[in-house]
Amino acid sequence: MSVIVYTESENGKLKKNAFEVASYASEVAKQMGTSVTAIAINASDVDELGNYGVTKALNVSDESLKIFNAKAYANTISQAVEKEGGKILIVSSSTDTKFMAPIVTAKLKAGYVPNVVAAPENASPFTVKRTAFSNKGFAHTEIKSDMKIIGVSNNAFGVHENKVDVAVEDFNASISDSDFSTKSVEIDKVVGKATIADADIVVSGGRGLKGPENWGMVEELADVLGAATACSKPVSDLGWRPHGEHVGQTGKPVASNLYIAIGISGAIQHLAGVSSSKTKVVINTDAEAPFFKAADYGIVGDAFEVVPQLIEKLKELKAQNA
Amino acid sequence: MKILVCISNVPDTTSKINFTDGDTKFDTNGVQFVINPNDEFGLTRAMWFKEKQGASVHVVTVGTAAVEPTIRKALAIGADEAIRVNAEPTDGYFVAQQLAEVIKNGEYDLVIAGRESIDYNGGMVPGILATLLDMNFVNTCISLEIDGETVTAMREIDGGKEKIETSLPLVIGGQKGLVEESDLRIPNMRGIMMARKKALNVVEPITADKATEDAKFEKPAPKGAVKLVDSVDALVDLLHNEAKVI
Ligand SMILES: Cc1cc2nc3c(=O)[nH]c(=O)nc-3n(C[C@H](O)[C@H](O)[C@H](O)COP(=O)(O)OP(=O)(O)OC[C@H]3O[C@@H](n4cnc5c(N)ncnc54)[C@H](O)[C@@H]3O)c2cc1C
Repeated sequence: MSVIVYTESENGKLKKNAFEVASYASEVAKQMGTSVTAIAINASDVDELGNYGVTKALNVSDESLKIFNAKAYANTISQAVEKEGGKILIVSSSTDTKFMAPIVTAKLKAGYVPNVVAAPENASPFTVKRTAFSNKGFAHTEIKSDMKIIGVSNNAFGVHENKVDVAVEDFNASISDSDFSTKSVEIDKVVGKATIADADIVVSGGRGLKGPENWGMVEELADVLGAATACSKPVSDLGWRPHGEHVGQTGKPVASNLYIAIGISGAIQHLAGVSSSKTKVVINTDAEAPFFKAADYGIVGDAFEVVPQLIEKLKELKAQNA
Repeated sequence: MKILVCISNVPDTTSKINFTDGDTKFDTNGVQFVINPNDEFGLTRAMWFKEKQGASVHVVTVGTAAVEPTIRKALAIGADEAIRVNAEPTDGYFVAQQLAEVIKNGEYDLVIAGRESIDYNGGMVPGILATLLDMNFVNTCISLEIDGETVTAMREIDGGKEKIETSLPLVIGGQKGLVEESDLRIPNMRGIMMARKKALNVVEPITADKATEDAKFEKPAPKGAVKLVDSVDALVDLLHNEAKVI
């Protein structure tokens, strides 16, 4: 009865979060004295999972699953879990996985806990620590059901190498036309750029930037850092930036290693979305801005002076380390 | 078209979070409760369907009598009828089972829930519900158009958006984007008066298992003071050598 982990891929390659959830599964398996079986869909590099403690990988190759479909993916994963007789399933926190996991939950009559930030703290009752109240608190949640699903928060557990031999097997689930009753007809996605969900660094701008025409420097800063761009809610409400970039309690959560907030006041609803980020930097003209209380590093200064200097300095650093 | 909007009663977004009873319960003292923001976008979209295309709109909540002001607010905004399942909403699976029962009995074409509630952030109710009822399901929904049986929805994905075609009956997990923020409604006097005459049906819960239980809560550890620097050089140095994040 191994621990099962669903390792997400994109364009045929496992995502960074796949290695994090594999690392997490490996830790759970260690606690339970068992092994890890991964399930991957249309990934060509499942061998890589052996670096993170996965001893068996079920690989699904299916043209019809090329584009993510929540129901069809949920069916595939549920069938893999049943075949393996797994009682614990580990998943990531991507938007797709959060769409799919509740479907698996209902299919397998499981207890599902998303937003988990640490390895299980207790096996009986099975208890995990997760964020709640939009990151303003933590809950220690007991999973009472026989089947358990854990959604690991991005970057909360990290990637831990643990090299083992991995046996790769083909796996084919039976999926039917009715699984495709919702059909993707168009995907509008920026390719080749880090997204808020995956990025190690997020550069975010607020109303202090005055207008969309000033975002050039935010994007340049993000480029230098290989970061994703984000914004506060009024900025997306005003249409300066797309909705998907809005961070906070009613927007996206950010759990990056570094969050740089430029011209953002730090309202409680915004902070709720960024408190899982490890290091927070604030650039703001107002020394009284509440964000300074939540930040690790800060510069009281004008973004229009500080950001260009920062870009130059980072370019220098990059050149030195190249 | 018959629409059901699922409403979660949550602490308002500015609430300070505290716990009582040895950190086992959320402290409601001094907390103002509101319609979950993600549900509010959904409710407003439902009102749009009612006004522009013709629909009846019911709202439902799982909660004790204490949540009635929140569901009354939904009536005052324009919902036609309200249902309260008389139970403490213990976990997402339990809530989804209660809602599924209401939907089975009400034969709804469209069920609008929020992507997640901003208190426990489970984000699982709409998906479990759709699966229990074998209805189509779109999560993180940011736009919704219905033409007869045909549905075109847009959902947010990491780094962009995806257009989806599907059909009724449908469950969505909605969020900001479903309607413009400026279209969100505040109940007016007339709405509040009318709401008093509308039905608020209380139904008893079905027996349902809960899959999880929050045994204990905790607040994040207090943060150390911010290190203020007055030059970009100093900042880059700290990020590179101290925090080691660049
Ligand atoms: C129900 C509800 C939900 C909400 N959810 C969210 C959410 O999810 N996310 C979110 O972000 N907000 C949310 N909000 C809004 C939130 O309350 C704040 O209004 C918002 O976060 C403020 O955005 P801001 O900091 O960009 O703008 P402002 O509050 O206007 O702050 C701008 C900041 O820029 C600084 N500034 C100005 N000029 C410069 C300059 N030249 N250089 C540097 N700094 C400068 C100012 O000192 C100020 O601190 C929500 C509100 C409600 C009611």
